[in-house]
Amino acid sequence: MIVTLPATSTTEVNKKIIGLREEGGAITMGRVLTLVIAPDTEDILEDSVEAANFASREHPCRVIAVLPGDRSAPKPQLDAEIRVGGDAGAGEVVVLRLQGELGDHCSSVVLPFLLADTPVVAWWPATAPEVPAEHPLGKLAIRRLTDATNSADPLAAIKGRLQGYTAGDTDLAWSRITYWRALLASAIDQPPCEPINSALVSGLKGEPSLDVLAGWLASRIPGPVTRAVGALKVELVRPSETVSLSRPQTGVTATLSRTARPDALLPLARREAKECLAEDLRRLDADEIYYEALQGIDKVKYV
Amino acid sequence: MTAVTDKGPSIDADWRNPLRDKRDKRMPSISGPCGVVIFGVTGDLATKKLMPAIYDLANRGLLSPSFALIGFARRDWVHEDFAKIVYDAVKQHARTPFRQEVWDRLAEGIRFVRGTFDDEAAFGRLAETLDKLDTERGTARNHAFYLSIPPKAFPVVCEQLKKSGLAHQEQGRWSRVVIEKPFGHDLTSARELNGVVNSVFPEESVFRIDHYLGKETVQNILALRFANELYEPIWNANFVDHVEITMAEDIGLGGRGGYYDGIGAARDVIQNHLIQLLALTAMEEPVSFSPHELQAEKIKVLSATRPMQPVDETSARGQYTAGWQGSEKVVGLLEEDGFSKDSTTETFAAITLEIDTRRWAGVPFFLRTGKRLPRRVTEVALVFKRAPHLPFDATMTEELGKNALVIRVQPDEGITTRFGSKVPGHAMEVRDVNMDFSYGSSFAEDSPEAYERLILDVLLGEPSLFPVNAEVELSWEILDPVLDYWATHGKPEPYESGTWGPSSAFDMVHRLGREWRRP
Repeated sequence: MIVTLPATSTTEVNKKIIGLREEGGAITMGRVLTLVIAPDTEDILEDSVEAANFASREHPCRVIAVLPGDRSAPKPQLDAEIRVGGDAGAGEVVVLRLQGELGDHCSSVVLPFLLADTPVVAWWPATAPEVPAEHPLGKLAIRRLTDATNSADPLAAIKGRLQGYTAGDTDLAWSRITYWRALLASAIDQPPCEPINSALVSGLKGEPSLDVLAGWLASRIPGPVTRAVGALKVELVRPSETVSLSRPQTGVTATLSRTARPDALLPLARREAKECLAEDLRRLDADEIYYEALQGIDKVKYV
Repeated sequence: MTAVTDKGPSIDADWRNPLRDKRDKRMPSISGPCGVVIFGVTGDLATKKLMPAIYDLANRGLLSPSFALIGFARRDWVHEDFAKIVYDAVKQHARTPFRQEVWDRLAEGIRFVRGTFDDEAAFGRLAETLDKLDTERGTARNHAFYLSIPPKAFPVVCEQLKKSGLAHQEQGRWSRVVIEKPFGHDLTSARELNGVVNSVFPEESVFRIDHYLGKETVQNILALRFANELYEPIWNANFVDHVEITMAEDIGLGGRGGYYDGIGAARDVIQNHLIQLLALTAMEEPVSFSPHELQAEKIKVLSATRPMQPVDETSARGQYTAGWQGSEKVVGLLEEDGFSKDSTTETFAAITLEIDTRRWAGVPFFLRTGKRLPRRVTEVALVFKRAPHLPFDATMTEELGKNALVIRVQPDEGITTRFGSKVPGHAMEVRDVNMDFSYGSSFAEDSPEAYERLILDVLLGEPSLFPVNAEVELSWEILDPVLDYWATHGKPEPYESGTWGPSSAFDMVHRLGREWRRP
């Protein structure tokens, strides 16, 4: 169910939320966090609310989406939308559209809707502020999520994350490659017990996940790490063997090959934003490994 | 017992994988290359739990790409027939959605070996199949043997595994065995069984599974008790009046006579599940959460636990008779298939234990379990003493019971607190209310199933939180006096199906001035 409240106030919206809860029974128990989404456009709004609803089944949360409206409107105005039941996940979704001067005060509009005593997570699904922690919404949150994949220049975006980093930041480009990292680590667990001398990461130019993956490798091994544009593949070179994990760009089956061993096929589809979001909400503390990976990008050799 | 903590078969102890970091909490543990051999593939447990759990692990991306699943049974099957069995089991019982690409990869590593447990040649063929998989799939000579078979077949299978060299432990590879309860039927047989298994597999390679008590539950109880300041101060005889541990099942025993007749509820459930729950509830805080320290505390508290005397007044047993199980008419145990008409096997058992420690002296622990009870539920309830002084007159607190903290293990895992609250209105009246927390509503809908966690622990070589030898033997020491008494005195009291057990179960708590809570 979607309830639209045009030209309204935060007090009225809050009243309506409580009213809806009383009508529908106790549908919003046990929420563990408030997720604040800051999409740029209506299209991105729908995609990210869908992802948030998916993630809310694992992490029951209230979702608040704040959308900039017409900033040049002469009068400040709040248009709100409450979604519950089939149109929301495990919590409720509150969409707030800010017109005129109100657009500069998004944090004041969001504050009345934050759940008591639970953490706040802010998510910029497309364009992110340079320093997320200093953005008015970022200041409310203990965790700040960005997604370099959706920005205009993904490589510049992921490289810029280091400048704007504050403990608690992560980028969905990082969660997108968690299983790649786990598979590589698990392959390196196997004998021979040798160090990794060098690594190669190749794939599409505009896939920032690969840049952060290369950065991660560069932060973990002393040898050179190369990022190339080409077929999707990661190669780790040890003195007596080469471990390689590759996949057709749009395929769902990857190949793990190692010198003198049979190739192994495994399911490894590209992770969707909703799965990345769900993983990111699992941890509310700072991700130091991510920070080190961002620092590592500087050491990566681009060819 | 020493904990195995090897993360894969590394030869050089100083070798550190540069890609691993303790702070990298995001990275899931993926099992290394290995093959899992299932004995008893046609059993209920294998098809309903084991195979689906393996698929779920694959679907979550937690199995090595070099994984193989091998079935061993008498059936006249080829690999594809067995793959079909696994496929059907996965389709029907897996908890995660079916994905063709995941299944295809899993199916590539499925093999079947035909043979009986006493057939040496069959184990030769099994060894050959595993060798072949090592070259074809790169399973790296790591093997887990899952004995989903009756305990009486353990000795012969273990012996065959030893003879064929499959159980051989050496550097750079591992060989592990998984066994399911029951772990014996009394202290002597438990020792024998442990002896047989340990003669082939060292204790750290033995994984015992108790599928009712998953690692998740154990860790939830530990977190509740030791991660909070709120509960520890009142977790003792000063505040706790008594503890009730219940595992009730609504199902009957039709068709399970072969296994259950002569075993009974106490051996089937109290010895393992309920005594483990008691140990987790009553133990002191472990020094750390390493399995070794945890076991040390469990062993300590179990060695201070004994049945309250006299046994005939503090225990009860029963046998269900025909009745109405909810909306369904059901027969009594004696009319069930596979049970003799004069069976004295108990389907309900309740005992009272006391723990001789400063923390618990004087607090009775009531343990009960039964089949054909009104609903399926497992819970631990700590019932607190009444407030020492109530500044209300009796009419105000007529409806106030004792405070209680209930740890619900299943279904709908969670925690309930019962306390008194004022009833709204002009009159001052206090009544019991419940405050409820359910894991399902605050966390992932699909927390991994007990089997998934156990299998992954086996493959990773992570010590499971399941009972070690010493705990199994101590549990028998606690229960044996009751079993011995029952064996020589009388027989189970009949109770109607769909009720909370025989009247003697209520009498035993009434004698101590307590009351069972209705779970």
